[in-house]
Amino acid sequence: MEFNLQDVDAIIDHWGPKPASLLQIMLDINHQYHYLPKESIQRVAQRLSMPVSQVYSVASFFKVFSLKPRGRVIMHVCTGTACHVKGGPRIIERLEQELNLKAGETSEDLFITLETVNCVGACAAAPVVVVGEATHSEMTPSKTSALVKQLKEEEA
Amino acid sequence: MSRLNSVQDLNSLREEINRNRESIKKRIRICGGPGCHSGGGVHLVPAFENELSERQASREHMVTLTGCHGFCARGPIVVIEPQNIFYERVSKERVAEIVERTILRDELVEDLLFVDPVTGEKIVRERDIPFYAGQERIIFNDTGLNWSTDIDDYISRGGYSALAKVVSGMKPEEVIEEMKLSGLRGRGGGGFPAGVKWESCRRARGEIKYVMCNADEGDPGAYMDRALLEGNPHQVIEGMIIGGYAIGATEGHVYCRYEYPLAVKNCNWAIQQAKSYGLLGNNILGTGFNLDIFVNRGGGAFVCGESTALMASLEGKIGEPRGKHIHTVEKGLWMRPSNLNNVETWASVPLIINRGGKWFASIGTERSKGTKIFSVVGKINNSGLVEVAMGTPLRKIVYDIGGGIPGGKRFKAVQTGGPSGGCVPDKLIDLPVDYEKLKQAGSMMGSGGMIIMDEDTCMVDVARYFLTFLAEESCGKCVPCRVGVKRMLEIVTRMCGGKGKPGDIEQLEELGKSMKEAALCGLGKSAPNPVLSTIHYFRDEYEAHVYEKKCPAKVCKALITYVIDVDKCTGCGRCRIKCPEGAILGAKKECHVIDEDICVRCGICMDSCKFGAITIE
Repeated sequence: MEFNLQDVDAIIDHWGPKPASLLQIMLDINHQYHYLPKESIQRVAQRLSMPVSQVYSVASFFKVFSLKPRGRVIMHVCTGTACHVKGGPRIIERLEQELNLKAGETSEDLFITLETVNCVGACAAAPVVVVGEATHSEMTPSKTSALVKQLKEEEA
Repeated sequence: MSRLNSVQDLNSLREEINRNRESIKKRIRICGGPGCHSGGGVHLVPAFENELSERQASREHMVTLTGCHGFCARGPIVVIEPQNIFYERVSKERVAEIVERTILRDELVEDLLFVDPVTGEKIVRERDIPFYAGQERIIFNDTGLNWSTDIDDYISRGGYSALAKVVSGMKPEEVIEEMKLSGLRGRGGGGFPAGVKWESCRRARGEIKYVMCNADEGDPGAYMDRALLEGNPHQVIEGMIIGGYAIGATEGHVYCRYEYPLAVKNCNWAIQQAKSYGLLGNNILGTGFNLDIFVNRGGGAFVCGESTALMASLEGKIGEPRGKHIHTVEKGLWMRPSNLNNVETWASVPLIINRGGKWFASIGTERSKGTKIFSVVGKINNSGLVEVAMGTPLRKIVYDIGGGIPGGKRFKAVQTGGPSGGCVPDKLIDLPVDYEKLKQAGSMMGSGGMIIMDEDTCMVDVARYFLTFLAEESCGKCVPCRVGVKRMLEIVTRMCGGKGKPGDIEQLEELGKSMKEAALCGLGKSAPNPVLSTIHYFRDEYEAHVYEKKCPAKVCKALITYVIDVDKCTGCGRCRIKCPEGAILGAKKECHVIDEDICVRCGICMDSCKFGAITIE
C-alpha cells in the first residue's frame, strides 16, 4: 500500500493527538502498512508535539513494529512454551528451509515475512502457525510444507 | 436499546429477557474459545443457522457462539441444551446430521460423543466427562454456557446484579471489606491480596484515580485471560466497575496484548453495550456514579505485564519498569493513584459480591482462597483450561482431569509460572497447588500456565528456551537482568552445543543468585528461576550435558546422532531422496547409512521412514 499522509492523519485524529495515544496510533499505522514508514514516524512526532526520538524509541522497543517493509503475507510461528515442547522449533526450521529465510526476514519480492511470536494463546492446539487471521493448529513439518505450497499457489 | 436508570430497570429487563426466551426449546452452544476457533469452530455457527432455517426450525432453537469450554483438546465442541449432549471434534460436514437427528428427532450421533479412554464407554452429558467432573468451575462457569457477544445473555444469567447490589446499597468501604474477607489474591502472579490493594488505592490522595485491567498475558503457555476476555468480557468489565466504585476511580483502562485481536474486539464491544444500557459511563444506573473504560493494545513486550512498565507504555513511553519504592496505588499512571489487577482477578469480583466474601474464603487453602484457572498444556491428553480449588493436588490435575501423558510416556515435570517460574518434578506429583506450596517447590503460581513435560523433554533445553525468551524480552534498563540473562544464556547454549565446561553449572547458580538480589523489577528478579529450579531437580541432566556430552532426552542436536537400524531398513531409498543435505547413502534394496558429518539433524528422514528404522542415539 502506498504511503499516504491523509491516512496517517486520520488515524491520529481517531485516537487524538496526545501522548497517551502514541502506542495505539503506531499500532494502527503498522497494521495498515505492515510496517512503520519513516514519514509516518515524522508525522506522528510532529502532530503529537514530541521529539522524533521518542516515537523512534517506542518503535524500536516493541516487537510488533517493523521499520522495514514486510511481506504481503505475514507468517507468525508461535514459540510459546507449549509449542516449544511439542516441536515448534522443527516447524521454524522447516519454514526457514522452505522459504529460504531466517525468522524475522522478508522475501525479496515482498511476498512473505517469517516471524516468531511469543505466544498466541492457542496452547492446546500446539504447535501453531498464524497466517493473517487464520490459526493453523497441531502443525507438523510436513503440514508446514503443504501450507507454504498453498500460500505460494494463492499468491500466483 | 433503552438506558437503565435504576436497579429496578435492570431487574425488569432481566425478567423480560427471560420471558422472551421461554419459547426456545433447544440451545446449541458452539465453542468460540481459542482452541476451537483455530480448529474451525466459528464456521459452525452459520452452518447451524442455515440448516435450522432450511427446516423452518430457527424460531424455537437458538444457536450461540459461547466463550471457551476449556476442553480445547477435543475442539471444536458443540453442546446441545437442555440435555447437555456433548459432541467433540465437530466439522461443518456433520452439522446437517446433528440438526436432523439430535435437534429434531432427539437421537444421539454416537460417533461424535466423548469416549472415556479408561472404560471405553461413551459419555453423553458434558459434565459427566472426567475432565469436567473433577473441576470446580466458578469464575469460568459461564464462559462456555453463555453467548459471549450478547449483553442480554449476560444479564439473563444474573449479570450486573453485583454492580446493582454495590451501587444501590453498599458503601465503598463495605465493598473493600467484602473483598478483604474473601481473601482473593492477585491472579496475575504476584498474589497480593486484592482487597488490601483496593484499600490503599482508596486511601491514596488524588482527585483522579484509575482502575486498570492487566490483560497483557505474556506468559507463554497461559491463555485463561484471553479466554475470559474473549468469552465473557462483561464479567471482567463488571468487576472493574465495582472496583472503580470501591476505590473512587473515574477512568478505567484495559491493557490487552495486540496478539489477542478478538479479545480487544469483544472487550470494546462489551464496553459499548454496557454504555448504551447506562451500566457504564455517566450516572451509572441512575446513582450518580461515573466511570469510563478504555481498551489499549500492547506492542508485544513481555515486560509490559509489569505494572510500572505497563503504565509507562500507556503514557506513550517505552515500557521500562521503575523502582517500586512508591507504589502504583499511590503514584501510577500519570503519577495518579492507579489500581491494577489482572483479568481473572476482576472476573472473580462479581461472584464475590454476589455470594459473599465468606463463601469465597470457604474454598481453597489457609492462605490461598478460592479457585484458580490453569492452562494445562504440553504433553498431556486433555489439554485445555481447568478451574480447580486452590490446594488441589497436582496429581489430580495431571491424571484425573488432564487424562495423563500421551503415548504411555513418563511424566517428567510441570513448568508453572512462565518465564518467572520453575519446574516441579514428578516426585512432587502430590503437591497441593497453591501460592505457598509452589513457591516452596522453587516455582511460582504466575498466571496459571502449566506446561506438562514428558521424558522426551530436555530440561537443559527448557532452561535455554526460557533464557532465550528473557534475553529478548529484558528491557535493558538494569545491568543484572540485561547482562546476567545474556551470560546465563551463553553458558546454557554452550552446554546444549556439547561445549559445556566443568564449573558451568556452579557459575549458573552463582549468577542466578546475584540476579535475584540485584535486578530492578519482577522480571529480572525471577528470570533465573527456570534455570535454578531445573538445576535443583535435574542436576544429573545438566551433568550429562557437561561431562558426558550426552542429552538424555535426545533433544539437543549437537549431542545426538541419527542412526539407521540395519535390521529394519529395507533400502527403499525414501529417506535418501528426502534428505535435504544428501547425507544418506545406500544402494537400492540395501541398508542405508547416515553420514554424521553432513547430517544437520533435521529429522526429516525419521519422519519419512515408513518402517521405523531410524532412531536417535
